[in-house]
Amino acid sequence: MLACIGSKLIGMANIAGGLWLLFVDTLCRLKDIDFKETCRQMALLGADSLPIVAATILCTGMVFSVQTAKEFVELGASSTVGGIVAIAMARELVPILTGVVVAGRIGAAIAAEIGTMKVTEQVDALRVMAANPVSYLVVPRFIAIICMMPVLVIFGNIIGDVGGWGVAHYYAGISSFSFTNSIKTYAEFYDVWGGMLKSCVFGAIIAVVGCYKGLNAPNGAEGVGLATTASVVLSIILIFITNYFLSLVIYV
Amino acid sequence: MSEAISIRNLIVQFGDRRILNSVNLDVHQGETLAVIGPSGTGKSTIMKVLTGLLKPNSGSVVIDGRETAVFGEAQWDELRKHMGVVFQYSALFDFLNVGENVAFGLRRHYKVVEDEVQARVKELLRMVGMPDTEKMMPSELSGGMKKRVGLARALAMRPNIVFYDEPTSGLDPVMTTAISKLIRQTQQQLGITSIMVTHDMESVDIAADRVAMLYKGDIIALGTVEEIKNSTNPIVQAFIKGQELPGEVTK
Repeated sequence: MLACIGSKLIGMANIAGGLWLLFVDTLCRLKDIDFKETCRQMALLGADSLPIVAATILCTGMVFSVQTAKEFVELGASSTVGGIVAIAMARELVPILTGVVVAGRIGAAIAAEIGTMKVTEQVDALRVMAANPVSYLVVPRFIAIICMMPVLVIFGNIIGDVGGWGVAHYYAGISSFSFTNSIKTYAEFYDVWGGMLKSCVFGAIIAVVGCYKGLNAPNGAEGVGLATTASVVLSIILIFITNYFLSLVIYV
Repeated sequence: MSEAISIRNLIVQFGDRRILNSVNLDVHQGETLAVIGPSGTGKSTIMKVLTGLLKPNSGSVVIDGRETAVFGEAQWDELRKHMGVVFQYSALFDFLNVGENVAFGLRRHYKVVEDEVQARVKELLRMVGMPDTEKMMPSELSGGMKKRVGLARALAMRPNIVFYDEPTSGLDPVMTTAISKLIRQTQQQLGITSIMVTHDMESVDIAADRVAMLYKGDIIALGTVEEIKNSTNPIVQAFIKGQELPGEVTK
C-alpha cells in the first residue's frame, strides 16, 4: 500500500521534473526558431481550430444567457445581463473552454504526431542528423500555440457575446441597446486582456505537455495511444489548476 | 591502417541488466565492418552509443580521433554532421517528401543555393536507383524503396562514417542482394567507413570486409568474412548455419 503510493508519487515527481526541464530547454532554444515551420504549425494549430472553438463558445454564450436573462429581467436587472455575459466570457469561460478544446484537439494531435515519430525512430533520425528535436519539433509548436491562443480568445469573445446577445434579445426580450450598453458599462478591456494572458499560459501548458508525452511515448502503437490520452488528461488538469491561481493574480 | 573508430572497455547497463560487457573493437578507415549476432545481444546498443543516442556507463569511444565520452550534445552534433545513419525502418520524415528528406541535412546545416541542393538530391537519388521520385511521399514507397531513400539521405552530407541498422531486415531476397550490393558500391566509390549491424549472413557476404560477432554482450569472434565462416567457435558456427545456439532455449 505504502509502496504503491510511493511509486505513484515518484512517478508524478518524474513527470513534473520532465515537464519543467522540457519547458526550460524550449525557452533556451527559442532562438533556433524556424519561421517557415512555425507558420505551418500556426495554420495547423490555430486557424484550423477556429470552427470548433467558435461552436463551443457560441453555445456556451447562448446557454449562459438562457440561464441568466429571464431571471434578471424578473428581478428588474435586465440592464446588467450584457455586462455579466461579457465579463464571464472574457475572464473565465472563453479562456478555459478554448484551453480545453485546444488541449483535446491540438494537444492530442501533437502527442500522437511526435509519439509516432518517436516509435518509428524519426526522433532518433533527427538527432543523428544533428537537428535537436526540441529545436525542430517543440519550439515551433510552442510558439505557434502561444501566438494563436489569444487570437482564438478574441474571436471567442466576439462569438460568445453575439450568442449571448441573440438569446437575451430574442428569448428574454432585452433590447440590443440595453445589452451592448451594459457591456460598455460593466466590462473593461482589462477583462479581455486578462483572458488573453491566461490563454497564453494554457497554450504553453498544452504544447509542453503534448510534446513531452510524445517524446516519451513508450514503444509501439499502444504507446502512442497512451501518450495521447495522458497528454489530454494532464493538460486539462494543469489548465484548471493554473486557471485558479491566474484568476487570483489577475482579477482579485 | 588508421582507425576510424576505436572502442575500449565499453560497458552499457540498464538497471541490473548488462547489455554490453566490456567491448573492445576497432574499425579501420574505409572498411565495412559487420556486427552480427542473435537478437537482443546489444548490436543496436553499440550503434546507439556510436551515434551518441545512448550514453555508455563506462569505457571510451574514439571517433575520428576524438574521445566522445566527454562530449556534450553540441559536440555530438558537430560530429554527427560527418556521420550518416540508415535506420532499420528507414525513419524517413513522413511529413516531408522524398526530395525534402534527402535535402534535410543540407538545408539545415549548410548555406547551399537551392539549385545545388536540387542537383545533389537528384544525383543521390540516381545513385541509389530511385531517379525522379523527389515529389513522392514516404507513405507511397515500398520497404526497399524507403531503404534506398534512407541511404540517399544518410549520404547527403558526404559523411566519413555510415551506420546501417539491419539494412536488409524485412526485405525479399532479391531486394536484400540489391541493397547489400548498393552498400558495397557506396563504400567502394566514396571510400566511406561503414558499420553494419545485421543478422543476415547473405548481406554480410556481399557487403562486409570484416565481421564481429556479438553474443550476450561480448565480442566472441572477429575477423574477415572468410575467417568467421571457417571459425571453430561452436556459437559462431551455429549462428551462421541458423542452428539452435548452444545453451540457448528457443521458444
